Amino acid sequence: MSLQVEVSDLRLTYGETVALDGVGFTLTGGKIYGLLGRNGSGKTSLLSVLGAFRRPGAGSVRIGGRPVFENAAVTRQTCLIREAGEASAIGTVNDALYFAEALRSTWDAAYAERLLDAFQIPRRKNVAALSLGKRSALGVVLGLASRAPVTMFDESYLGMDAPSRYAFYEELLADFMAHPRTVIMSTHLIEEVSSLFEEILIIDRGRLVLHEQSEALRGRGVSVTGPEEEVGRFVAGLTVLGDKRLGRTRSAMVYGELGEERRGKALAAGLELGPIAIQDLFVHLTARKTPDAGPGERS
Amino acid sequence: MFDDRSPIYRQIADKIKTDVLNGVLAGDEQVMSTNQYAAFYRINPATAAKAFQQLVDEGVLYKKRGIGMFVSPAARDLLREQRRKRFFTDVVDPMVAEAHAIGIPVTEIIERIGGHAREERA
Repeated sequence: MSLQVEVSDLRLTYGETVALDGVGFTLTGGKIYGLLGRNGSGKTSLLSVLGAFRRPGAGSVRIGGRPVFENAAVTRQTCLIREAGEASAIGTVNDALYFAEALRSTWDAAYAERLLDAFQIPRRKNVAALSLGKRSALGVVLGLASRAPVTMFDESYLGMDAPSRYAFYEELLADFMAHPRTVIMSTHLIEEVSSLFEEILIIDRGRLVLHEQSEALRGRGVSVTGPEEEVGRFVAGLTVLGDKRLGRTRSAMVYGELGEERRGKALAAGLELGPIAIQDLFVHLTARKTPDAGPGERS
Repeated sequence: MFDDRSPIYRQIADKIKTDVLNGVLAGDEQVMSTNQYAAFYRINPATAAKAFQQLVDEGVLYKKRGIGMFVSPAARDLLREQRRKRFFTDVVDPMVAEAHAIGIPVTEIIERIGGHAREERA
């Protein structure tokens, strides 16, 4: 089952600080979505509102057509695993599982048991006494086994080491294919996880920068490398996100689809065209040198 | 057609084409499912599905409803024909350009290739 997530003109402020500044998008559901943004861009604020941990300041958030805040019918179907994994002083790992099961009709206890073994999480230990790695892993277990129609991981797996993270990615994919649902993952580890995403949302300074299919995004950026003058001529009029120079060689990062005709021209001019990794696109799309950046943010 | 964009689905499609060309996958043989590919490469199943769709569009694979994807009987000949067409532009022309850049005369290349041809006949 998949539920549509609709966010429109969402605003959230903490005192003077504007965390979300008119964010709007629609997720049709049944996909794995990647939510990318720099530190303090509003990722956690956005997920907190989607998970009904916070009330929207203005605008609306609807899941399956219904508002989420203080709406038990919706929150039973959503699951947000926060940054530190399962951090509540809830008692032992077994207690955490007991509560998770009580809260959700979709909970799969047998699957949770299997995951606990896979991540080697001690069942009788107090959650508060677990290492960061195990606490993150427990968060991931609770998120996966919840089978919630809308499951969100807010960098929950950051505390896990590389082998555990890869085990998580494999579990997530396998379980998603067996039980399709809406999964939203925020992350810093773009290179590592971007292949899991069907769609990508980038937010920056509380605003949505883009929402696109990840494969389309991969075809969106092109690096153009060659002699300085040739590259300059070729990229004139195109959106250039970044530049690198090595002697007389210039490599420009162009954003936007190049038509076959342009590609042909580039090759004829002896220019080299290459793909740009999503991580590089992300870095340039959220760089702090756009004209609208505040004076304090210019570098 | 030469293409420098390399989204994941394209890389998967290329891998399957290579398997067909090398005979690892035979005509009318079933290929692994989208989900198996997704799990193996640790990618979103929609991405794997896109690779399959591209191969169906190109006539390399065909779909049997409810069963899965199969290699078209004509796929290998089709791909060989495509690669043959590209052989001179993709392999020979750049080689000649490289030879020119480092000062190897074309006659020397021809001589070398002639050696290979004699080996083939022997």
